[in-house]
Amino acid sequence: MKRTWLASALITSMITSISMSATEFELSGKVSVEHRHFFKDAQFEGQFNGGQSSATIEPELYWSWNDGFDSIIFTPFYRVDSQDDNRQHGDIRELAYIHAADDWELRVGIRKEYWGVTEFQHLVDVINQTDGVEDFDGEDKLGQQMINLSLVQAWGIVDFFILPGFRERTFASEQGRLRGPIVVDKNNVNYESSAEQQHLDVALRWAHSIGDFDLGSYWFHGTNREPILTPSFNSEGVVLQQYYNQMDQLGLDVQATLGDWLWKFESIYRKTSTESFVATQAGFEYSFIGIFDTNLDLGLLTEYAWDSRGVVDFNTIEFGKSGSVFQNDLFVGTRLAFNDMQSTEMLMGVSTDLDHSANSFLMEATRRFGDSFKASVDIRLLQSSDSIDSAFMLRDDDHAQFSVEWYF
Amino acid sequence: MLNKKLVLATVSSLLLSVTSASVYALTAEEQKGLDISVESKKKDEGWKDSSADMLMILKNKQGQESIREIKIKSLEIKNDGDKSLTIFNKPRDVKGTAFLSFSHPIEADEQWLFLPALKRVKRISSRNKSGPFMGSEFAFEDLSSFEVEKYTYKYLGDETVNGEVSFKVEQYPVDENSGYTRRVVWIDHSEYRVQKVEFYDRKDSLLKTLTFSDYKQYLDKHWRADIQHMVNHQNGKSTELKWSNYQFKTGLKDSDFNRNSLKRAR
Repeated sequence: MKRTWLASALITSMITSISMSATEFELSGKVSVEHRHFFKDAQFEGQFNGGQSSATIEPELYWSWNDGFDSIIFTPFYRVDSQDDNRQHGDIRELAYIHAADDWELRVGIRKEYWGVTEFQHLVDVINQTDGVEDFDGEDKLGQQMINLSLVQAWGIVDFFILPGFRERTFASEQGRLRGPIVVDKNNVNYESSAEQQHLDVALRWAHSIGDFDLGSYWFHGTNREPILTPSFNSEGVVLQQYYNQMDQLGLDVQATLGDWLWKFESIYRKTSTESFVATQAGFEYSFIGIFDTNLDLGLLTEYAWDSRGVVDFNTIEFGKSGSVFQNDLFVGTRLAFNDMQSTEMLMGVSTDLDHSANSFLMEATRRFGDSFKASVDIRLLQSSDSIDSAFMLRDDDHAQFSVEWYF
Repeated sequence: MLNKKLVLATVSSLLLSVTSASVYALTAEEQKGLDISVESKKKDEGWKDSSADMLMILKNKQGQESIREIKIKSLEIKNDGDKSLTIFNKPRDVKGTAFLSFSHPIEADEQWLFLPALKRVKRISSRNKSGPFMGSEFAFEDLSSFEVEKYTYKYLGDETVNGEVSFKVEQYPVDENSGYTRRVVWIDHSEYRVQKVEFYDRKDSLLKTLTFSDYKQYLDKHWRADIQHMVNHQNGKSTELKWSNYQFKTGLKDSDFNRNSLKRAR
């Protein structure tokens, strides 16, 4: 945790706030237990076979005063894991002070900031680093230290970000599943910037709603959240070394909400010292409300991903050059909401690489039990016969995951 | 019924555009039905903003209960639908979820949902009016603000409900996405408060009955019922709404109803 200055500033203001009489305090959060079962034996040496059990805790402590216009939120997180040492980890998801005024808001501390509109890939979402060991979908993020000033104007909301302290992506350990043949080294990380993790990143975003359209656009300057992985030798043999270059990125996200149709578009332009490229994720979601005269809603989703870099070729990887997993890929999915007392929901999706053989199937189902328990089942199947595709490395990692969450 | 509704809407809107004397297109019963609803809306105008806590008790046929705890903040908008911010506290798994809505009498409402796990703000389609709200017997349209333009009307006579002599008015939704062919509404003579509503489904059979009780007056003007009880006659389930902590003119502003306030709503 190299986030000491912000943390100490926050703790000081927290103590001040607690001593204030009008402070309201609230404790909530969740505890979960989870079990994954891998259907096939591991593809690579050192990986475990069969089951992986895990438990997490994520309390949320919230203090507010001044009628809620000042608040502090603290959300620590910890996971224990039976198989993967890297997956057993902790993080401060949030530790932030927020002050809200009529037309501006200041947010200081460790936070999560989400941008984007599409469902199958989160292309424009750039502020937080991916917590890669958490789950397969990349939706879990590490807390990011930031100072964020948000201005509300008649022509939209403008957000300024100063982002001190870079977070390195998390990867599965040697024992872990859902990784490539070579283990990513978490100790010997390289940076383009001599400031390394202390590089001060900045971002500026504008977001606005005009009638049926929700628009967002930003510029980000700083450390690329996606590492370039290159094989190298250390005392234990061959490992993948992480290299984080500097980038400038322009992003655009648009959603048109037209009756039962949601049209979604995300695009980025990224420039580093060695390359520049454009990538896009676009598609639609259509909803049928109350099908077959029931309360059941059915949503159909289709999205397409394109990346000007083309595919990542692991055989001829060139230093500083990267590739994309989603360079010409199609995603189709359905969402079923039962709208019952238990909020039963189901999401199914298939993705296909249109350039070479690689498919994946995902299914998620959730249902509430009682007033404070939720159970989920996730099934992920991955198929590839083409060694060029990253899914080829995961072709034996088909798994089912069961989890029960208790909310307090 | 649908034809009648369409004809009525077409005729009245045609006449509205040609002459302001559209009143002549309505029968005496239709005019009286409209007048009652206009008066009922007018009597409640000027509340500016409000906030209240809502406890929703869902009951299934077997009597099993499930609870929703919700806070609602609203802002009155002159010559348009209201703005509202709905904050979910229970069930615990949806705690922190918040819903922002800019309602409009005729055009589609603008709606955003904040999902706390991902910190994601999602613009959602407001087409889903007929679907259940949080698994309850209330549809989204049952909880949206009443606007005169949302219905056409017909006065059916006087009846006594909840001990109050009431106008019995039939309301036909203008929006084709409504889950109802008609609503029958009892509005009391003394204060123009809604006492009871019957909902008729798309096949025009009785679906639900909603009764209002424990009315309280705020700021010597605005009447709000502490209890709303919805019974679904077709599936045997029911939902009770218990309102508390009603506050008016608290000083809420436009800036309390945007994306930023949605993200930090508690």
